[in-house]
Amino acid sequence: MSSRRTTGYRAVSWNEPIVYELGGEGRRGFRVPVSEPELKKAVGDVVRTIPAKMRRDAPPPLPQLSEPEVVRHFIRLSQETFGVDSGINVGVGTCTMKYSPRVNEALVRSPKLTELHPLQDEQHVQGVLELMYRFEGMLCEISGLDAFSLQPRGGAHAVFTNARMIDAYLKDRGEREGKNEIITTVLSHPCNGASPAAAGFKVRTVYPDMKTGIPNIETFKETVSKRTAGLMITDPYDTGVFDTNLGEYIKIVHEVGGLVAIDQANLNSVLGRLRIGDLGADMCQFNLHKSFSTPHASGGPGCSPIGVKKELADYLPAPVIEQYASGYHLNYDRPKSIGKVAEFYGVVPNVIRAYGWVRSMGAEGLLETSAAAVINDNYLIKKLSGIRGVNLPWSRTFPTRLQEARFSLGTLKKETGIGIEELNRRLVDYGVQRLFPGHEPWIVPEPFTPEPSESSPKEDLDRFADIMREVCQEAYRDRGVFRDAPHNCSIHRVDSRTAIDPSRWALTWRAYQRKHGRGRTSRRSRRTG
Amino acid sequence: MAHQYVPNSAPITSKEMLRAIGARDADSIFKDVLKEYLFRGKLNLPPSLTELELKKVVGAILDKNKTTEQVLSFLGAGCWPHVVPEVCNEINSRSEFLTAYTGDVYTDLGRFQALFEFQSLIGDLVSMDAVTYPSYDWATAAGDAIRMALNATGRREILMPRSMSPDRATVMQQYLGSGKVRFFDFDRRTGQADLGDLESKISNKTAAVYLENPTYLGFIEAEADEVGEMAHDSRALFIVGVEPLSLGVVKPPGEYGADIVCGEGQPLGLKQYFGGALLGFVACRDDVGLLNSTGARLITITDTIREGERGFTFALPERVMFAKRAESATFTGTTAVLWAITAAVYLSLLGPAGIRELSQTIMERSHYAAKALGEVPGIRAPVLDSPFFQEFTVNFGRRKVRDVHAALLRSGIQAGKDVSSEFAQLGNTALYCVTEVHTREDIDRLADTLRRALV
Repeated sequence: MSSRRTTGYRAVSWNEPIVYELGGEGRRGFRVPVSEPELKKAVGDVVRTIPAKMRRDAPPPLPQLSEPEVVRHFIRLSQETFGVDSGINVGVGTCTMKYSPRVNEALVRSPKLTELHPLQDEQHVQGVLELMYRFEGMLCEISGLDAFSLQPRGGAHAVFTNARMIDAYLKDRGEREGKNEIITTVLSHPCNGASPAAAGFKVRTVYPDMKTGIPNIETFKETVSKRTAGLMITDPYDTGVFDTNLGEYIKIVHEVGGLVAIDQANLNSVLGRLRIGDLGADMCQFNLHKSFSTPHASGGPGCSPIGVKKELADYLPAPVIEQYASGYHLNYDRPKSIGKVAEFYGVVPNVIRAYGWVRSMGAEGLLETSAAAVINDNYLIKKLSGIRGVNLPWSRTFPTRLQEARFSLGTLKKETGIGIEELNRRLVDYGVQRLFPGHEPWIVPEPFTPEPSESSPKEDLDRFADIMREVCQEAYRDRGVFRDAPHNCSIHRVDSRTAIDPSRWALTWRAYQRKHGRGRTSRRSRRTG
Repeated sequence: MAHQYVPNSAPITSKEMLRAIGARDADSIFKDVLKEYLFRGKLNLPPSLTELELKKVVGAILDKNKTTEQVLSFLGAGCWPHVVPEVCNEINSRSEFLTAYTGDVYTDLGRFQALFEFQSLIGDLVSMDAVTYPSYDWATAAGDAIRMALNATGRREILMPRSMSPDRATVMQQYLGSGKVRFFDFDRRTGQADLGDLESKISNKTAAVYLENPTYLGFIEAEADEVGEMAHDSRALFIVGVEPLSLGVVKPPGEYGADIVCGEGQPLGLKQYFGGALLGFVACRDDVGLLNSTGARLITITDTIREGERGFTFALPERVMFAKRAESATFTGTTAVLWAITAAVYLSLLGPAGIRELSQTIMERSHYAAKALGEVPGIRAPVLDSPFFQEFTVNFGRRKVRDVHAALLRSGIQAGKDVSSEFAQLGNTALYCVTEVHTREDIDRLADTLRRALV
């Protein structure tokens, strides 16, 4: 390896086999309980009660590993994974990679929670219902809205649920006929397009005025009509810009009888500073795995409560938690409710974690959070702005950003041929998480979107900016280093042509063996460790 | 005072950073950006707690719960009590898996590989070549499956069995868009799908027939293969929903004609968590048309530029919401990846022999329980005369389920789920769940208590 590739960082690289290549015939990793002999005798060969044509002939061809082998395998895979705790995650905007406090992990390991069945008699689940109810109250206070449901299991799922409620509300009032359009903006999270579409709406997407970075109010007005069922957007946008036309949009949409649902998945930069209910919005959604510190869990479970104004409370998913003198009660008798959107009551452990977080922060702590998130972001903007090849679109109209900022590597690409894809492959050689480019379509060329959150110490921001400067300089100085990058990660550049080739892609090991033959496994004989 | 979770809240650091960005303080930035939208009040929240205080406060509230370790529970119905190997808890507590999110394969190789292994292991369990990224739970996985069918066939009707969970059916209907659901009936005596009724409803409008096996009411659909053939005769797709642990003994849907399989992964190493730890999975044939009809992410194994090294990438990346926005087949995003990794650990531990033995233990115990309960005067169990796996119906004749269950609760037994309002046609019936966690003593205790309660 040539020295120009070295950065001082070296990821763990185990060349770990696929689990099917480990273990050996007859090994086992867990002793399952077997029936008492008398019990077995009493029932006989029960498997025979399954009609022959519905009986499984051979057990599933799962791998055969002992317990130590399973532990080692998955520990190694965890070591080849870069979490928030592993290092700098400043580059991953829209994700709010904040720290997940360990005390909240301890809270949810309690058997008083883990061993609770969702259909137990209500008198036995009063504790968990109380925490859920209290947390809903906190969310009402934080949002300025009147009622919450904790049921949606992810941000896109919550936006979908809000779209279903818009549908139910309009139908109930006899206004759904002819109202089939949801308006969103292209700089909102893409689920604000995909989720209402899945709920049966036609989606109209407003683009920003390229001079200002926000939609032109006239363009917006032209998009709104009697057909408008609702507005579903994020604000602040994924560019970190807060669109101060929001109040105007809400008014315009209300005037035609539409509802307004603001996607506040990422509330982080306005915690305690802006209450969407006070602005006149009808609905919102929070991602507990973003703004409220619950772990991102490699991509879930998340939990995304939805909040609504009084007028919409009847349409929330059932059941809702109610408090009586006798205790807490799950009320299913909700004739106007859209019904369930998922099984049971939501990702309860995340509700408890988030409750713990809000109790650890208090009102002052929430202000501290949004202050640090915004100061960190603007500090980073200053540091990145001077780098050759990097620029911040709309920095004249919106010099100050909130949670994140969308930069462009358009100049770098033009001058060196290195764009976001190439830069990302090299950046990770320095031991930091990759950059999140931007959702498609790219409005700015070769975008990237850092978001420091409140959890990044200043030194991380300095280091991240230094690495960005170094990598951009490399682009001007030594393009060759990008060609086969990364050089210091767990694996080398992947062949992504497989992604669109049905004869080669394999989503399972059995498909892989069918398409590529068993011979391939022998190539793995060069094992590490 | 600086907050322990916020490094730069230390005044010296914060001042230095404010100076660098040329701002007086945070408040002035917010005033400048949020303008008239700035919230000027103070949030009415309880004061902040130390770690010690927080543990006490939350601990005291959670203590009001009485868990299934404190009462003997026979509840299932979508969230089942199973032994969770400690290795599962260890791996899903690993900080790297717990706190990773959206890195690429170079930074998060382990996460990609674990997900590929999840897809592979589920594929072997259900006997299908393609498995998608996880969904939230069974109901939403089934929702994804029917959306796939609507997209793939261009037809608008989904046929579902009336024996299924009404709650799950509600969730699935949220996903229909302009599609329509029609229910087909079941045989009152056996619970089995009524093939005659299905025959009369299936047509060239049918996008898919959805069937569960084992069903919500616990029994095994003996003619599932015929249902599949009927669907295919009408050029409709055949979707099967499964409880995964049954697949140690029950034929996997891939072997009786399923085009799409979905189900609940909670039994695969996840605790009950008040229904808060669920994991949906979706598998299908390795068919370009079908895969193009899902909006879920798909991980494929691939090569790297280094000879003999394997990598992973997303297959058909241009389908998903992140590329197509409103034009994608459905929405996706944060789902349940940590639980998918846990399921991979669980299935790796159990292996073929373990899963077989576990299925058998569950069946033996549930059959012992049905027999013991059936011998109690005043009880009929199972109500539905069909082979069953771990759940079965129990009928109390003229006694209200509610009253019988209240008596059990007084004796420290949490009975099964009362389904007498969901299935009025079955009378005073409840759904009981017996798994490997129930000993013979537990089951005898249930039967004895019922015997006394029903005198």
